[in-house]
Amino acid sequence: MTIKPPLSAPYTHAGTSISRTMGLVMLALLPATLFGFYLFGWPAIFLFASTLLAAVLTEALALRLAGKPVRPFLLDGSALLTGWLLALTLPPWAPWWIGVVGSILAIAVGKQMFGGIGQNLFNPAMVARVALLISFPLEMTLFTTPAPLFSDQAPDLLQSLAITFGNPAPYDAVSSATVLGHLKTELGRGVNLEQAAAGSASLWQLTWGQAAGSLGETSALLILLGGLFLLYKRVISWHIPLAMLGTLAALSGLFHLLNPDHYAGPLTHLLSGAAILGAFFIATDLVTSPSTRRGQLLFGAGCGLLVYIIRTWAGYPEGVAFAVMLMNGCTPLIDHFLKPRIYGRDRRGEPLNYADNGGNN
Amino acid sequence: MAAADRFKLFRIRGGVHPQDRKQLSAEQAIEPLPLPPLLHIPLQQHIGAPAEPLVRRGDLVKKGALLAASQGAISAPVHAPTSGRIMGVGGYPAHHASGLSVRTITLKPDGQDEWIDTLDPVVEPFNLPPDEIARRVAEAGIVGMGGATFPSAVKLNLRNRYRLHTLVINGAECEPYLTCDDRLMREQPEQVLDGVLLMARALGVERILLAIENNKPAAQAAMGEAAQAHAWVTVVGLPTRYPMGSEKHLVQTLTGQETPARGLTADIGVVVHNVATALAVHEALRHGRPLISRVMTVSGGAIRTPRNLRVPLGTPLSYLVDYCGGFVREPSRLVSGGPMMGQPLPSTRVPAVKGSNGLLALTDEEVRADREMPCIRCASCVQACPCGLVPLEMAAHIRAGSLDGSVKLGLLDCIGCGSCAYVCPSHIPLSHYFNYAKGELAARQRAQHKQNETKRLAEARSLRLEAAKKAKRAAMLKRKQEQQAKQAKSAEAALSETSQ
Ligand code: SF4
Ligand code: SF4
Repeated sequence: MTIKPPLSAPYTHAGTSISRTMGLVMLALLPATLFGFYLFGWPAIFLFASTLLAAVLTEALALRLAGKPVRPFLLDGSALLTGWLLALTLPPWAPWWIGVVGSILAIAVGKQMFGGIGQNLFNPAMVARVALLISFPLEMTLFTTPAPLFSDQAPDLLQSLAITFGNPAPYDAVSSATVLGHLKTELGRGVNLEQAAAGSASLWQLTWGQAAGSLGETSALLILLGGLFLLYKRVISWHIPLAMLGTLAALSGLFHLLNPDHYAGPLTHLLSGAAILGAFFIATDLVTSPSTRRGQLLFGAGCGLLVYIIRTWAGYPEGVAFAVMLMNGCTPLIDHFLKPRIYGRDRRGEPLNYADNGGNN
Repeated sequence: MAAADRFKLFRIRGGVHPQDRKQLSAEQAIEPLPLPPLLHIPLQQHIGAPAEPLVRRGDLVKKGALLAASQGAISAPVHAPTSGRIMGVGGYPAHHASGLSVRTITLKPDGQDEWIDTLDPVVEPFNLPPDEIARRVAEAGIVGMGGATFPSAVKLNLRNRYRLHTLVINGAECEPYLTCDDRLMREQPEQVLDGVLLMARALGVERILLAIENNKPAAQAAMGEAAQAHAWVTVVGLPTRYPMGSEKHLVQTLTGQETPARGLTADIGVVVHNVATALAVHEALRHGRPLISRVMTVSGGAIRTPRNLRVPLGTPLSYLVDYCGGFVREPSRLVSGGPMMGQPLPSTRVPAVKGSNGLLALTDEEVRADREMPCIRCASCVQACPCGLVPLEMAAHIRAGSLDGSVKLGLLDCIGCGSCAYVCPSHIPLSHYFNYAKGELAARQRAQHKQNETKRLAEARSLRLEAAKKAKRAAMLKRKQEQQAKQAKSAEAALSETSQ
């Protein structure tokens, strides 16, 4: 009888794989995504499809050019997930090329240029989003009010095709600012918060998702549901989301208390924009976040802090992409300084002291 | 007996929960394995120096006769598992991944199975002085039977150098599939306990903790009942988590104390012995029986009928497989020990040895091997490591050829438990890297040692040559001077002659 060449232990495995992890994340994103489709109709679906297709094709091409085996790497699902996450952060009626250019940026520049999966310093989807935001500010901030599928406002299929693939603005889209964008402009004009808020979506709308916003960011509730599913499946741990949302809530709470007229409260901050999506799906990206629990707490808190600072005092109403990317840059440093303590050694790496027990070593 | 559930346990970090698959063999009572036609008994079944054979081809031996003597402080003798004729002392495939040939005594059983009293049984072993207990344990060839195979007597003598207070009996058996310790505790609790008490006497400790994972309630109950009369013995239920059976982690779970790096648990006053070792001690002292057989679990999806067997040492593993009904299908891997830390075996030809606690024939589905992918920095390995290491970084250093870098990150603190590789979604054989690097390091140290030694010898030689040269020169000089003196003298003489 012949037996396969002996490898080394362990001879059993937890049964996890990259594709399983990626698959679970996509599963968690599904409800929010489907709701986005419903809310913004066919144009959103077309945009989503083009973004994902571009991501996968770019990945295949890059793998081939790098001389790596294409099939197993494509099947790991990471490119698909990157495209998916990017699509969720785009304005739902953005033209197709926004998604395609974004995917190419994400995969080619954000991932493969660093050496492929696991090597990238920054979250690829966020690299693309930031690059798009800077390069195409107009297209990236043109948000439509929801026009649910099969409703009167919804464009029909032909109109939809024209929105995504045709000339700009063939359909008289009702464009609208996002909550944060609206508040920012109004506050900038010296209007106080209460009046400003009157013109935008209510907290209830934000929670459920009936508001203008990116394709998949609008329903805080459905995203949270997905996040909890990931926690339950142990794909992520609570450390980053809690630290990030906690810090954001604490800061916004503090400033809101100090000056309720000028600073939006914690709920507005938590429920709008990409806060929850960012906390559960983007900041927790395995590749670009720290590897120890303590490091993750620090990382999450840093994200929360930066989100608040950027939203409140910087030029952009949205801060999640910038905040996460800035913290991504700190990850190697955090990992370097917050290593776990080695068993039997103190934090400096010296063997633990013990009362002399008469031993010889 | 103190109630197990009232014992305060301490948390340790890391660890994993592999599927234990113990149900395959847990209800199989230990059966004695019939003698095979030939036994192949390796001279080295322990860590340390190999034993030196005392028999020759053609010799007739009785069961229990001393076949090979212990060599030096860390070594163990080898005894005949049955009576029969020595067929030779020579090379036979080792119980090891390499299957390389090692010195082995081959014995042809005569079927009589006739004992000889090599060791004298003791009627009142508790009256023996501690040293004497350890000496008899050494004489019986007992080694750590949990797989480490460290000569047990050396560990029983630790009281001479350390202040010890606790003896921990490792009944965790945290490796999946294995049930041999579980069965021993269920079937022979009195005997196991007797061995434990004898070891405690040798060590001079004040308390004994019998640590058994909570997935073995029957073993806990049996040992608890046996220990009822002894107030200083506590049966402790351990949470089921791998690697609970790792000595240092077991001790920390029980006492809250961490063994210092590079140290022994004796540094914090604790000695750990295995259940099967305790039984062997009992057999040696009460009945004068040396270690000539052991209980093994034969299991895995490719085995027709998984079983627990009492196996004469030296039995070819193929014989165990046949006894269990053979293979249902061709196994994907053949493993000695558990699936987490076991050794791969090249074939079933190799013999059972003192350290073998299991033979597993695993199917592809059980092994779940998969294509190795790049590390995605998911940190699962960091979370799983019970030693606080960062496996992904250690592996990166090793892959880049930087052994020193991996040592700085703690390579030598890695206990090789395999938890990291078990959870890695990229199926990177992390613990394989670490074992490889440790081996490389040891080889490098040996090479360095050899180099130093060669250098020292060369230096000594050149010093010697130098000295010889000097001596030669000095001698030459002396001779020259003498010659000159002689010449001068004769010249003088001639002169005086002519002047006369
Ligand atoms: S094998 Fe080593 S590095 Fe991996 S989990 Fe075990 S101790 Fe940690
Ligand atoms: S578990 Fe594997 S993939 Fe995850 S960080 Fe460790 S080595 Fe990398």
